Amino acid sequence: MLKRAQALFLSLLSLVVLLPIAGSALAESPASQLNMPQGVTEVSQAAYDIHMIMIWVCTVIGVGVFGFMFYVMYAHRKSRGAVAENFHEHLGVELLWTIVPTIILIVMAFPATTALLKVYDTDNPDIEIKITGYQWKWQYEYLGEGVKFMSELRTSDDEVYGREPKGEHYLREVTEPLVLPVGKKIRFLVTGNDVIHSWWVPDFGVKRDAVPGLFTAGWAKTDKPGTYVGECTELCGQGHAFMPVVVEVKEQAEYDAWLANKKAEAVEYASTIGKEWTAEELMAKGEGVYLQSCAGCHQADGGGIPGVFPAIKGSPIALGPQIGHIAVLIDGVPGSAMQSFADQLSEVNIAAVIHYQRNAWGNDVGDVTQPIDVLNYKQSK
Amino acid sequence: MAHGPATLADGWRAYISRWVFTTNHKDIGTLYLWFSFAMFLMGGAFAMVIRAELFQPGMQLIRPEFFNQMTTMHGLVMVFGAIMPAFVGLANWMIPLMIGAPDMALPRMNNLSFWILPFAFAILTSTLFMEGGGPNFGWTFYAPLSTTYAPESVNFFIFAIHIMGASSIMGSINIIATVMNMRAPGMTYMKMPLFVWTWVITAFLLVAVMPVLAGAVTMMLMDINFGTSFFDAAGGGDPVLFQHVFWFFGHPEVYIIILPAFGVVSQIIPTFSRKPLFGYSSMVYATAAIAFLSFVVWAHHMFTVGMPIAGELYFMYATMLIAVPTGVKVFNWITTMYKGSLTFETPMLFSIAFVILFTFGGFTGLMLSIAAADMQYHDTYFVVAHFHYVMVAGAVFSGTAAIYYWLPKWCGKMYNETMGQVQFWVAFIGFNIAFMPQHFLGLAGMPRRYADYGLQFADWNMVSSIGAFIYGGAQIMLLYNVIATIRNGKPTTEEKTWEGAEGLEWTVPSPAPYHTFAKPPEFK
Ligand code: HEM
Ligand SMILES: [Cu+2]
Repeated sequence: MLKRAQALFLSLLSLVVLLPIAGSALAESPASQLNMPQGVTEVSQAAYDIHMIMIWVCTVIGVGVFGFMFYVMYAHRKSRGAVAENFHEHLGVELLWTIVPTIILIVMAFPATTALLKVYDTDNPDIEIKITGYQWKWQYEYLGEGVKFMSELRTSDDEVYGREPKGEHYLREVTEPLVLPVGKKIRFLVTGNDVIHSWWVPDFGVKRDAVPGLFTAGWAKTDKPGTYVGECTELCGQGHAFMPVVVEVKEQAEYDAWLANKKAEAVEYASTIGKEWTAEELMAKGEGVYLQSCAGCHQADGGGIPGVFPAIKGSPIALGPQIGHIAVLIDGVPGSAMQSFADQLSEVNIAAVIHYQRNAWGNDVGDVTQPIDVLNYKQSK
Repeated sequence: MAHGPATLADGWRAYISRWVFTTNHKDIGTLYLWFSFAMFLMGGAFAMVIRAELFQPGMQLIRPEFFNQMTTMHGLVMVFGAIMPAFVGLANWMIPLMIGAPDMALPRMNNLSFWILPFAFAILTSTLFMEGGGPNFGWTFYAPLSTTYAPESVNFFIFAIHIMGASSIMGSINIIATVMNMRAPGMTYMKMPLFVWTWVITAFLLVAVMPVLAGAVTMMLMDINFGTSFFDAAGGGDPVLFQHVFWFFGHPEVYIIILPAFGVVSQIIPTFSRKPLFGYSSMVYATAAIAFLSFVVWAHHMFTVGMPIAGELYFMYATMLIAVPTGVKVFNWITTMYKGSLTFETPMLFSIAFVILFTFGGFTGLMLSIAAADMQYHDTYFVVAHFHYVMVAGAVFSGTAAIYYWLPKWCGKMYNETMGQVQFWVAFIGFNIAFMPQHFLGLAGMPRRYADYGLQFADWNMVSSIGAFIYGGAQIMLLYNVIATIRNGKPTTEEKTWEGAEGLEWTVPSPAPYHTFAKPPEFK
């Protein structure tokens, strides 16, 4: 019993040592899910290189140390008649195995430092993008271009909760991806609006925390057009797993066309603010906005979650004067999870969702909130 | 009391009073051990919920809000409820026996430091049933998710942390006082068993950093209830400050968890190698060096928050350095086995697995210390795999080894060796199936604390969940083995249970009498 157990032990242990080696070998095949991606930027390549160096250093040390250990376990067993010796120190070897690892580490520190310098090389960008983490979506703003939009998960709740089959891009699809041109140095300025998030695109090797009140910078430059998917990597509440990052890198001409189109959209939008909207239009638009931006906390039926998120249905603010309702959305409620939506939602969307909240689920206030009312409130501050 | 401890034969009243009012180090050690095992099972149950939900992509069993409460409670209960009290229990039982003291130096405080713990965990667990649910911000409870955005129950969480901290500080003071004052004549510091050494150093770490944790939660309390803005950027505070304070506690904390485990293994390996520990004094110095370094590396948990590059470089170099004293320990253990006369009873199997798997976790730790690579690893399953290799295959395996090793001394009964070895293999295989794939998941891009994931991660998650269930089953077997030993184990009265065992604890009869070393023993 004991003998067999030992053989099993040995083979399993060697498995533990061999797995990372097997892992690194498999990493060469594109479909593998075992290793860090090499990615498409200098930074991701640098991270990958130092990662592989570390794997090999650890593997070599591991094979040596564990190999010796298995030899000892085999050769110096009592059942083979081994008799214990009594030595218990040896200054020479003790110094040796303090100094040799120290030297290995000092040598390692050089490539590690070079790689880190690369990560921090954020100067002289061609394009700057401000990235703001919200619960639970990303906002991208092309600084100096007047282009700004929200990017949130497109996968439906029905897929998440198994009422519908999961699509090919399950949890890897967003309403509007970040679009970048090839061959340009892009600087990302990352910040948070509410809690801390973290913006990560593995293929860029960029992971920067989105901390409220602070900007952290990262950068990317790639020659490979394509779609790159990333994630939020700092726990940010219930939607943490549901705010992916999708980046599309396009050829310069395509990018220019896309940007021109976005700018035109922005101009066109400005003209709709002044327009008089009907109650029906607002109600229809408002419901969509509500489900996207509010229902996560206040729930689809406006009932909230007792003790955590207040109900909108029957709430004194929703039934009270319009201006107070606008104020809550624009200013947020300090010290609570209710954030300001002033930068997140357009005036039209804010007006629509206020109208919806005041007139849905039996909240029959009956008034109409126009985008211009929202704009006036904003400007009065 | 003159006739010894009350037993059930003296009636329920007397029996319960014995445990509630006990000041006996062995009783209190037993209480700590059973309590921590109960917490281990509870934290394990939370982990089973997590792994069941992650068995497949999509939300099947629970909702993301509850998932976050499960990951948070799992971490808190395992760190503060299972691992730390388990080693305090071992310290209570073994330190007086190892240094030839009649009891702990401060027996009443000892009683208090244990008995406030169940209250702390009752409060913490009760938050799960409160409106808005329990803590859902991770065991690292980063502000402002844990302040402005926290459920109302956060105040109870803060209170529970305060109680746990008080308990740890009292326990540590007691250990320091005991070791400094109550060693048998002739037992100089450099002759103390290594378990005692590692615990003294741990106790100093605890006294140093538990107040820092208390400070962090008190600032949270102020931010939440009294209008301050320590961690609120809108009020001029800084969320990153929270992380600095937390990790100034948090990194020493991980060594608080592992150092006593080092101590246990350093007792067991010589016993089953029938050879003295190799490099005793370098073991002591390495432990002290690790403890010192643990204070100056905390921001390696924060490589992605946007520190200036000078800070990043410093924390990277300092963290890499920890590998040196850690390596010294591993080499010493292996050299202890070299030219020994090895046998592989259950405690030894767990200890050898400890050395191998902990070293593996040390390798991934070294990889994580490389800041540029950590930008890819950070907050992914790679980190989850790293700390489970060091904390589960480290601290929990070592604790299990300790149970099998000293159980005969505690209860005068021998466990069943076959059952012990079967339990080892189930635990060992289950552990590796559960956590090895998490390295791959992390490298392939799966972030931690995710309630749901893309289809590309489905395979390894399923494997990992299966491993976790096997590992969970191994803990039920451990419970069975312990109870079966206490009830029907083969009685053993030998002082020295193990042929190669050395030390004062093996000079008293088995089971160890209620009072030992009333007269200090002779120690050569
Ligand atoms: C050679 C020794 C070690 C080194 C160099 C090391 C390094 C690191 C680094 C750099 C991280 C941060 C990873 C990240 O979040 O991106 C980390 C995380 C962690 N390590 Fe270690 N580590 C070592 C040993 C240990 C030991 C002995 C323990 C505990 C017994 C431990 C427990 C942890 C835990 C709990 C975390 C994650 C904390 C969290 O974010 O929840 N590590 N380690
Ligand atoms: Cu650390």
